[in-house]
Amino acid sequence: MNNQKLQSVFTEALGIDASQVVDDLTYNSIPEWDSIAHMALVAEIDDQFDIMLDTDDVLDMSSYAKAKEILSKYDIEFE
Amino acid sequence: MMYPYDLAKQEKEQFLIQQLNDVTLHHLECCSDYHAMIEKSGGVIQTQSLNELPFLPVQLFKMMDLLSVPREEVVKVLTSSGTTGQQVSKIYLDQETAASQTRALVEVMKPVLGRQRLPMIILDTKSVLKDRNSFSARGAGILGFSNFGRKHFYALNDDMTVDWDGLHRYLKEHLGTTIILFGFTFMVWKYFYQEAVKNNIQLKIGESVLIHGGGWKKLQDEAVDADIFKRELKKQFGIQRVHNYYGMVEQVGSIFVECEQGHLHTPNYADVLIRDAITFEPLANGEQGLIQVMSVLPKSYPGHSLLTEDLGTILGEDDCPCGWMGKYFSVAGRIPKAELRGCSDTFAYDRKGANG
Repeated sequence: MNNQKLQSVFTEALGIDASQVVDDLTYNSIPEWDSIAHMALVAEIDDQFDIMLDTDDVLDMSSYAKAKEILSKYDIEFE
Repeated sequence: MMYPYDLAKQEKEQFLIQQLNDVTLHHLECCSDYHAMIEKSGGVIQTQSLNELPFLPVQLFKMMDLLSVPREEVVKVLTSSGTTGQQVSKIYLDQETAASQTRALVEVMKPVLGRQRLPMIILDTKSVLKDRNSFSARGAGILGFSNFGRKHFYALNDDMTVDWDGLHRYLKEHLGTTIILFGFTFMVWKYFYQEAVKNNIQLKIGESVLIHGGGWKKLQDEAVDADIFKRELKKQFGIQRVHNYYGMVEQVGSIFVECEQGHLHTPNYADVLIRDAITFEPLANGEQGLIQVMSVLPKSYPGHSLLTEDLGTILGEDDCPCGWMGKYFSVAGRIPKAELRGCSDTFAYDRKGANG
């Protein structure tokens, strides 16, 4: 379920198609995921998962796979 | 000890010389214009001392496009503010340099702001970020510092008026939480502070820290210095902590931030030197001259060693009462343009004055 949730957060925040949200989707590799969109993405993750990513996590979140890894630190599990 | 302010003189110099020499080699190899300039000026390519590291005048980026990567690898272009009609610097960042500068900015600010993202008020308009590929100094600053914040609130409307209602709502919503405020020195003063005074608006922002930078030039004309700035912002808004920083788009990331003592500090991966404005000879601590900035971060453009147009003084090294290591310094402001042209203008003016 969290997988689906995170995928839709990415889709909404970056304004991209769900099919583009795959593990090796990386920051700055598509025009839609630039530094400004990253802020929106982080805000959306905070809100939807009710967590508060710290500054290092914001910088480290450089791919979809990495996002899952970081979220698991906050006890959000991806099967 | 507090990273990234934890290398003592000898260790830091060794680290910087090695790193900066490598960066010089990289730019010589990858930027033919840089290569030509260094060759022509007979600069020392591999130095044993920071004093000898070749440097470029920062104005050069206003005149030339300098890149050490193929253009198709550029992901971001930064431009200096510059007043209308003035040429602006263009700084080209590839993925690697953009990322390392963002990372460095976070490390530099962590001792001041911590690692928890805090509610953040940006004393600027959102429209600064309109163009998503090219950022002004203001935009780049806002984006870089935004990483420390959450629930970002832009306090200025597009016409530069303050959204007082929105601000009141925001403060109410985040009552009891530490708040970060970020803005450019002059804009904070003119569009926020002076507007508040004019409209008789006082705030009690409470637990809060204001980070501001961009230079004092315009405030000097109004005789506002760092002490007055801090005092007035505390009085008007209740802002508890105020930290100025010194930095430029040409070396974004490795900025110099004020410690609790009000001294600008050099982090591990950057340094400053003071040079005589006429002879360019290095000056001793305590003497005022042109500031040269050095940073190991710029890889996509040859900006690792730059002579600025700013005047400053090194106050000491490794012995600031705040406990951070490294050089600490103060900035007096921009060198007057007339001074750069020499004294012939003054003579011309005097003669004319005497005759007429």
